[in-house]
This record gives sequence, structure tokens and C-alpha cells, in this order.
Amino acid sequence: MGGLEKNLVCLQTLGLDEPWTLDSYLQIDGYKAWKRVLAGDFSQAEIIDIVKSSGLRGRGGAGFPTGVKWSFMPRESEVQKYVVCNSDESEPGTCHDRDILRYNPHAIIEGMAIGGFAMGATVGYNYIRGEFMAEPVPRFEAAVAEAYAAGLLGKNIQGSGIDFDLYTFVGAGAYICGEETGLLESLEGKPGRPRFKPPFPAGFGLYGKPTTINNTQSFASVPTIINKGPDWFSQLGPENSGGTLIFSVSGHVNEPGNHELPLGIPFRELIELCGGIRNGNRLKAVIPGGCSVPVMPAAAIEDVNLDYDSLRDAGSALGTGAMIIMDETTCMVSALTRIARFYFAESCGQCTPCREGTGWLYRTLVRIQEGRGTREDIDMLVDVANKIEGHTICAFGDAAAWPVQSFVKHFLHEFEYMVEHGGESIVNERAAAA
Amino acid sequence: MSIEAGSLSAHVREEIDRWKARFPEGRQRSAVIAALHAVQHEQGHLSPDAMDAVAKYLELPSIQVFEVAAFYSMFETKPVGRHSVSVCTNISCMLCGGDEILEHVKTKLGVEPGQSTADGKYFLKEEFECLAACTGAPMMMVDHVYYENLTPERVDEILAELD
Repeated sequence: MGGLEKNLVCLQTLGLDEPWTLDSYLQIDGYKAWKRVLAGDFSQAEIIDIVKSSGLRGRGGAGFPTGVKWSFMPRESEVQKYVVCNSDESEPGTCHDRDILRYNPHAIIEGMAIGGFAMGATVGYNYIRGEFMAEPVPRFEAAVAEAYAAGLLGKNIQGSGIDFDLYTFVGAGAYICGEETGLLESLEGKPGRPRFKPPFPAGFGLYGKPTTINNTQSFASVPTIINKGPDWFSQLGPENSGGTLIFSVSGHVNEPGNHELPLGIPFRELIELCGGIRNGNRLKAVIPGGCSVPVMPAAAIEDVNLDYDSLRDAGSALGTGAMIIMDETTCMVSALTRIARFYFAESCGQCTPCREGTGWLYRTLVRIQEGRGTREDIDMLVDVANKIEGHTICAFGDAAAWPVQSFVKHFLHEFEYMVEHGGESIVNERAAAA
Repeated sequence: MSIEAGSLSAHVREEIDRWKARFPEGRQRSAVIAALHAVQHEQGHLSPDAMDAVAKYLELPSIQVFEVAAFYSMFETKPVGRHSVSVCTNISCMLCGGDEILEHVKTKLGVEPGQSTADGKYFLKEEFECLAACTGAPMMMVDHVYYENLTPERVDEILAELD
């Protein structure tokens, strides 16, 4: 593997002067792949085959193979089709799409244009979360304007007969709009309540037309895959985990940060890159893929490589690659309570198990923290989580359930200690004894 | 600046037109979120009259505008202080002292989350969910601008710099 060489794909422009400009992007072979598409070097099927064989998987959290998703679109059909980029980055712990938008926006534009060509879509929207209004949105919009001015977007681009118009859309604050059908509802100007699937967006998406939604990082990976070849990309990581991922490392490390690295790097090396655990403390737990994936005790992750299969086999998931690091001073009941509040606040409310269940989870955890909890409350947490999981329209319900199930499973003693000690955390007891 | 009930400023109408042009004919509902951002930017919050005016301008039933204003967390449907302060307390920020930053802001401004200061200068938003700047925790957003790696002293400077 390529060792610890950084920024090979999505953050290649980092280090250049004003990395977000077209000039900077051209220095790293920007729009070379798109120009080859415009020159007729590839058929639609060839592009899809390249993306398939690169092993690129959706970077938004679910990890579905991007090329396979693209193949679901009825690309020969005459109807209007759309590509949509999901820049509604809001999975707690995750903050790398923001950096792509700020530092390499042209890679997203080129990836969307190539995807649009491959799927027969002539219009694209990039849905950016509303809170990114001050910096990432203007950066992206300026890049789109540059691309139009350079004759890289529009109708009959450079006489190729290929059309692709690209627009920015700005959201207004709702985690659920990161769910792809919730995002489509929002793009249609409605509250972002996820739709039943099927029908899937490739058949019935934006305005009822065939639509494919991919994550920001997925699109931004495409130009480099074409330039350097699918084999180069797939061989960066282990089997089933082609390419690089931007790991967002937050929490209790000495130097939190985003690091674009080949998939499959050992967890220990990533922590070393971040200066180790803060204050020389011991690692207690890690949530390895944004707060929706199961938490892992230190012993379960310390010797694991960071790729899709390794983390699945170790009992969690790669998710968005957001590593939330917790040292020995962390009270796991407090951490879970905060996470539970997030799901309670962000549930869209259309499915009863999620709407009611997330409130139950949060209130039960608050009761335990306030010293009014019982042993039965701990059992009830798991029971309620189990009744949400799998019983909702979208994956939000599962995402609300998994942290509860995994925190209680791995750190039951902390919950029991708090119930038995009137709301006192085991962490405080240990600190007092030290 | 305030506008009269039932009307939208020329600037807001231009903004709405600019956004409407991004969507297919007959899909002007897609411009509702942008329209509400434009109105709120100008008026500070979304009054029922302003929302009715947006609905009328976009030729939509008022409920389709009201339900969007109610669903998304960035929209204020009641008057609030001029500067909106959102302190993130989600997991990554919590691990790095986000709760202490929120306590500091509360004490400094003398308000609870969801309240504005009496002079109408500051509005402390309800405890905010993840703003996707986790590697810069603890962080807060003031009038859409992100401030990362906060300390109480840095918070004081940021708040003092606002007019």
C-alpha cells in the first residue's frame, strides 16, 4: 500500500496558493477527465465500468458501490434526469465535505459533470447545508461561475453535443435532509421528510424524474479515478475498500484534524498522526464513523485497520470515517445522553417509533443522570432502541438505536454504577480515588 | 429595515427570481427556502405577513411556506436579537468543552438558550446540533460565520466585536 501519503484524491489542491481556484485545479490535471469525455473518449457505459472497477463506495455513510448506483439510472430514456450532490454534511463528528467545498470545489463540479454524462442527466444540483452559507457556499458558487466562464458547463459544451447545467441549493438546518429522499423533498421546497422506498430515486427522484444522489466526497473522487485509472484507485486500499477517505478525527486527541489517507490504514497510525491521545491519557472508546455507528471500546479498535470490512468485522462500521475519540475521563452515560438528544431533536416525526422512541431514550437517560434512574430503565433503553430499529421509513431510526444498544452493551457497568450511586458517574469516582 | 405587510422589497423579489430561475418551469416551490433566507436576512425573522407575501409572490398556498419555516432550524418565526449566536454542544464539541463555552456565553449575555438580550443585540439560539466543524471543537456560529477552537477569552472578543 501507499504508506501514509496524504491528500491523493479529494484534497489534492491543498498546499497550493488559493487551492479553490480554477487555476489551482488545472495544476492537478483538473478537468482533464471531463475534457476527454467532451472529446468523445468514453461511452456512458465505459465511465460506469471505470467507477465500478475502482471500488469507489458511497462516502456518505452507507458505503454502497457508486458505479452500481450509477448503473441503476435509465440512461437511454428520453426523460429529464438529474444528478444531485449531497453536501448536507451534518453527521456529528464529520467535517470533511466542508473542506472539499472550501479547498477543492472544482473536483465536485467535475465529478458531477462526469456523473451527469454517464447517467444521461443534463442538470445537477449541489445541496449544501444552510449553515455553510458564509464560506463553503460562496466558494462553491464562485467555482461554478469559473467553470461556466471557462466553457466547461452549459449547453452543447465545447461543441460536444453534451449539456450539463449545475446549480447550488442552500438548505436551512435539518439533519434529516442528509437522507437522500429527505434531501429531494427539501430540494422540492418541502419539509425534508424521507420518502418510502421503493420507488427508488433512480426511478422516481427529483420532481418524479430519475435521479441519483451521491455524497460530496464520492463525486470529488471521480476525476482522479478517471485520470489515474480504476486500478490505481482500488489498489490504494484493501479489497472492497478502494481509494482514500478523509478521516475527520475529533475529540480527545492532541491534534484533531482531517486527514485524507488510503483506506485500510491502521487505527494506531491515524492516532499517531493526530499527536496521540490528549495529555497522554488512555483511550477509552471510539465512535468510528460518525455518531450513528456503534461505539467501540478501545480494545476492540486499537489493532483494527480502518476500512469497510475490518470495521464491520470488529462490530461497528466505517460510516463517514469520522473518528470520535474518547479518553478515560469520558463519562459514557453523558456522551450517550448528548447523542440521544441529537436524535430526539432531529427526528422528522413522521414515523411513530422514531418520533416517540427518541424522546423516551433521551428522557430516560436524563432521568438516570439526575439520579432517578433504576435498573429497569437501563433495560428499557435497549428495549425502546430495539423497537425503533428497523421500524421506520428511513435509516435515521436505526442510527438512533445503534448508539444506545452499543453504549449499553459495552459500558453497562457505567450505567449500573450511575443508577446505584444516585446519578454519580463512575469517572468522577475514579478521579477522586486517583 | 422593515417592510410593509404583504409586500416584499425589490431586493427580496430579485433574490427570489434569481433562485426561481434554477428550477424547471412550474417548480417555483423549490425557491421557498431561498426566499425565506432572503426575507429573514432583511427583516431578522419571518412574520406571518412576510410569509404570506412570499407565498403570494411564488403563487403557492401559504401553508407551503409556513410549514417550511416551521421545519428548518435556521428560520426564526418570532422576533430575535440582531446577532444570532449558536454554540455547538454535540458530541465532538462536548468532549472538548462545548458545554463550558455555552455556560460562558449564557453568563456573559445573561440569557438562556432561545432568548435574546434585552437590548435586542444578541440572540442565543437553542442549543445547537452539529455544525460540521468537529476538528475545530469547541466551536460556535455567529451570524453564519464559524469560529473554532474557542476559549472563553476568544468568545468575549468575538462578541465584543459585533456592532
